[in-house]
Amino acid sequence: MHMRLAADTTPRKPAFWTMARRDAASGYAFIAPQLVGISIFVLLPLGLVFYYSLHEWNVLANTFTFVGDANYQMLLRDPNLPQVLWASAVFSAGLVVLNMSLALLLAVLLDQKLKGMVIFRTLFFSPVVVSLVAWTIVWSFLLQANGGINGMLAMIGVEGPNWLRTPSTAMISVIVVQVFKNVGLNMILFLAALQGVPKELYEAARVDGAGRFKQFRRITLPMISPTILLTSIITIVGSLQVFAQIAILTKGGPGVSTTVLVYYLYQQAFQFNFFGYGSTLSILLFAIVAVLTFIQWQMRKRIVFYEN
Amino acid sequence: MKTDLSPRAKVALYGLMCVLLIPFVFPTWWMVTSSVKPISDIFAFPPDLWPRRFDWSTYQQVFELQPFARQYWNSAYIAAIVTIGTMLVSSMAGYAFARIRFPFSNTIFMIVLMGLLIPSEVTIVPLFQLFLSWDMINTHWPLILVPIFGAPSVFATFVMRQFFIALPVELEEAARVDGLGRFKIFWTIALPLAKPALGAVAIFTFLHSWNLYLEPIVFLSSTQMFTLPQALTQFTDAYGGAMWNIQLAAATMTAIPVLLVFIVAQKQFVEGLAHTGLKG
Repeated sequence: MHMRLAADTTPRKPAFWTMARRDAASGYAFIAPQLVGISIFVLLPLGLVFYYSLHEWNVLANTFTFVGDANYQMLLRDPNLPQVLWASAVFSAGLVVLNMSLALLLAVLLDQKLKGMVIFRTLFFSPVVVSLVAWTIVWSFLLQANGGINGMLAMIGVEGPNWLRTPSTAMISVIVVQVFKNVGLNMILFLAALQGVPKELYEAARVDGAGRFKQFRRITLPMISPTILLTSIITIVGSLQVFAQIAILTKGGPGVSTTVLVYYLYQQAFQFNFFGYGSTLSILLFAIVAVLTFIQWQMRKRIVFYEN
Repeated sequence: MKTDLSPRAKVALYGLMCVLLIPFVFPTWWMVTSSVKPISDIFAFPPDLWPRRFDWSTYQQVFELQPFARQYWNSAYIAAIVTIGTMLVSSMAGYAFARIRFPFSNTIFMIVLMGLLIPSEVTIVPLFQLFLSWDMINTHWPLILVPIFGAPSVFATFVMRQFFIALPVELEEAARVDGLGRFKIFWTIALPLAKPALGAVAIFTFLHSWNLYLEPIVFLSSTQMFTLPQALTQFTDAYGGAMWNIQLAAATMTAIPVLLVFIVAQKQFVEGLAHTGLKG
């Protein structure tokens, strides 16, 4: 008691824990788990993957030797690589175009004021809920030579191909399976965006005599362009990560026609034990993702008309 | 706004949507109904929309051919831990980036955002080596630690930050004047208000963990440790051919927990999407 009274009469020393210091300490404490995690599980591995890419790594012989840019030379001469990159490009482009247009079409349809829309919305969304591998397994049955798709085609007198084993149809099959699986997510995002467009804009346009298509092109599309951009980035980056669908539906075949980059990198590193070359392919994947993200970031300035 | 649809337009619209629904609904319907058909009926042309005969024994065989209950538990507990862990880590980081002023916060945020740019597929080789050197291969640690602290949680942090930025400051100011600490404010005021965003994060994270495929096949080697996506592809006969009815029964069972999560969190999910700045 005495001590406290005595202390109270002396002039106050400026406290060490000022508001700003308190904030700084709590700020660092709050982000610490994430920052440590990113350092250990993202930044460190990114450095390591570059380091590995400069080495030849024979797991069986237990050798790890510096080879400089030999893996990168190999990359340039890899006879499979052009086809792998082509397959990745076709997959991403096909997926994005189909996914975005179907999502937008469904969102516009579901935005109409009709009875039972909630049920339709739920049903279109339902494949998102089915686990990815389960969905892919079902489609691999439907798409086989004597599967459900060809069964239905036979009823109208058409003989379908063996979808997943024919070079010309394998890739499109994989894309379609993936589109139906995930289009519901983009559809919901578009629907939310559509419902956020101020109704007065449409009324004004109608007074000016603009038709429905013109309203869509001149009002709806510009107003929802931030959502379109965001979903397209998510969809493209996601499309570069596709793995399970390829592994289950085609195993990269026939030939290497559906071997996308991630699948190829998995094969090289974990099936053939070429960890050095697998790391080089990882660097290539990283470079592609970085370039795409940069382009989309730049495009933001040009195509996004409206941002909150 | 578009209420002036003629009855004819309405019929056309319903018709169009029903046709479009077929590829979305038929595979799931067919998966569930075929899982209780005898194997011979699965190949029937035209496919039966309702089983002609029921054969429930496939559901029993799923558990006999593999330690399926164990694998189910593996997937469930990993997804639960990852979801709760991510919600905690990313809401704390998101709150700090949105609400607390501290030196270098923008620079650090940019570094964390790098996680969005670097898919875990890019780093899978060094991650494998790291966990190998820590003696954690064929354990569930990689499937728990990487999603909670690594790249997959960055998107969640971003969503949470967007949400907290939009939250009115006044709600916390009174508490600050009363001398409440940052953690107390976060825990008792900000976090309860963030339920919609947390719901969205929970669903995204749960789905991501539940569907993980590349990581389990890289990190896990024994059947006992397998997660469901991995296990589903293992129902093959002696010649490597798929045992369709059993695969479909197992696949049907994997859909149930996700369905439950959606029913519980669907309202939060839609609200969360509307709040995260994804809305145009």
